[in-house]
Amino acid sequence: MKQSQFENQHQQDWQAFSKELGRLERGKADHKASQQFAANYRRLCQQLSLAEARGYSNYLVAHLQQLVMRGHQQFYRHRSPIGAQLIGFLLSGFPRLVRAQWRFVAAASAIFFGSLLLMALLVYNVPELVYSLMEPDQVASMEKMYDPEAHRLGRFAERDSGDDWMMFGFYIMNNIGIAFQTFASGLLLGLGSLFYLLFNGLMIGAVAGHLLQIGYSETFLSFVVGHGAFELTAIALAGAAGLKLGWALLAPGRLPRAEALKIAGKDSVRLIGGVIVFLLLAAFIEAYWSSMTFASPHIKYAVGALLWLLVLAYLLFAGRGSHAPE
Amino acid sequence: MPVNTAPRAPAPALDTRYHVETPEGIDLILRPAGLIPRALAFIIDLVVRGVLLTALYSLLSLQGDFGTGLATILLFLVTWWYMVLFEVLNQGRSPGKQLMKLRVVHDDGTPVGWAASLTRNLLRFVDMLPFAYTLGIISCLTHPAFKRLGDIAAGTLVVYAEIPLAAPEIPEAEILLTPFALNLAEQRALLGYAERSAQLTAERRLELAAILSEPLKVSSEDAEKQIHGIARGLMGPT
Repeated sequence: MKQSQFENQHQQDWQAFSKELGRLERGKADHKASQQFAANYRRLCQQLSLAEARGYSNYLVAHLQQLVMRGHQQFYRHRSPIGAQLIGFLLSGFPRLVRAQWRFVAAASAIFFGSLLLMALLVYNVPELVYSLMEPDQVASMEKMYDPEAHRLGRFAERDSGDDWMMFGFYIMNNIGIAFQTFASGLLLGLGSLFYLLFNGLMIGAVAGHLLQIGYSETFLSFVVGHGAFELTAIALAGAAGLKLGWALLAPGRLPRAEALKIAGKDSVRLIGGVIVFLLLAAFIEAYWSSMTFASPHIKYAVGALLWLLVLAYLLFAGRGSHAPE
Repeated sequence: MPVNTAPRAPAPALDTRYHVETPEGIDLILRPAGLIPRALAFIIDLVVRGVLLTALYSLLSLQGDFGTGLATILLFLVTWWYMVLFEVLNQGRSPGKQLMKLRVVHDDGTPVGWAASLTRNLLRFVDMLPFAYTLGIISCLTHPAFKRLGDIAAGTLVVYAEIPLAAPEIPEAEILLTPFALNLAEQRALLGYAERSAQLTAERRLELAAILSEPLKVSSEDAEKQIHGIARGLMGPT
């Protein structure tokens, strides 16, 4: 068949398909017309193959290729309901993923919590050590935050009118930013994640050790125990995701490094999805519960312990059943 | 899970086109965008974000602490989610990319999804290290498909969006039959010459046509007309 015959025969189909694509690209597709889309797309693919095999002109081939490309973009679009997916992920996918990646989670937790506890212990016994990590005025402001005389606790405590909204915003910005950095810098052969895990562990440990040592234990512990369950776990998990990226580069196994990295990235970014949810919860608790002074420390300890148990139970047991929601 | 979406031909190609074979058994041809258009797109996005944030901040800071809190949350959203939201919800295009006619796709040619977009934009942090996108630029310049580190990890590709083609006109000539059998590549070369003749200067057309004067057994002056005639013959009656 000559090219011009071929063109005349199909020109109208191509124009109609192009119009349909335009509607889909603008998100204004008609439900009825779209039912023919798959058949039209496949027919177009066949016509492109024919055009190439018959040596038709470059313009025609390029034109068809472009239509196919646009069709491919619409046809292979993932439009799964994100709400349902998210709920399934939170109910079972995330804890399963954490358990599947237990090696990285264990390593990151050991580094983070290990350095935290070690530093706290050291500072508690050798108080001057805190100044090796922090400037004196930083230490002073830290002390002021957890002064037992204060009405409100935590960052921004000095502002009497400190609005919970403002603190909520600050916590989100600050904590999720830290988690993202911890994760992303894992791409530097895991060294970045290692650094952020250690750095944050040492800093938090130093602050904790110092405040306990000068006798602010009640204000400090009752403040952090609640949201710490989510916040500290989230940092460790973000570190685990980063270490996984780094490990894929260091030990890609039988795959090329780029391919190993791509596969590791898929799991890592899902871990980060869970981390974001954890940190949103932590910011909420920190702004609206931890900073309140009306609840007695005992209640706060109880709630805090409950939250820690909840997080551990969630990560260890959620999504284990055979009928667990997908 | 052996996923192989890498370019198939190991032989060095003349251009940077990136072939992806689809389930329909055809090759999609993607045109990866290089450093300069991508950098320009990023700068446009930076300006857009700057203007957006300044406007929001000046508006919300009048609202007291509530406004400051809201502004901080918005700052967070704009810093970390601007690219992701636009890429996923706007067919792979942030405003800067849209202006530069670029698009983000998975490297198997499918539209970019949440996971890949989030990965490539979170890892942007590493591409920016140690300053001014140094790692990203090095990676982009050395990768055959111009990927920065985030693109490699996410399996994404920044490509040129399709620009509508104008239908070319084949010059008037008397329809001729091919004097001898042509293979497909030769046939397409002749058609390509006729289709592109409007874009070439008269001297260049003559020069190219003269190459064929001998096999066509005509003088180099008549070769051009002869080729157009053959092209018309190949196209068939219009």
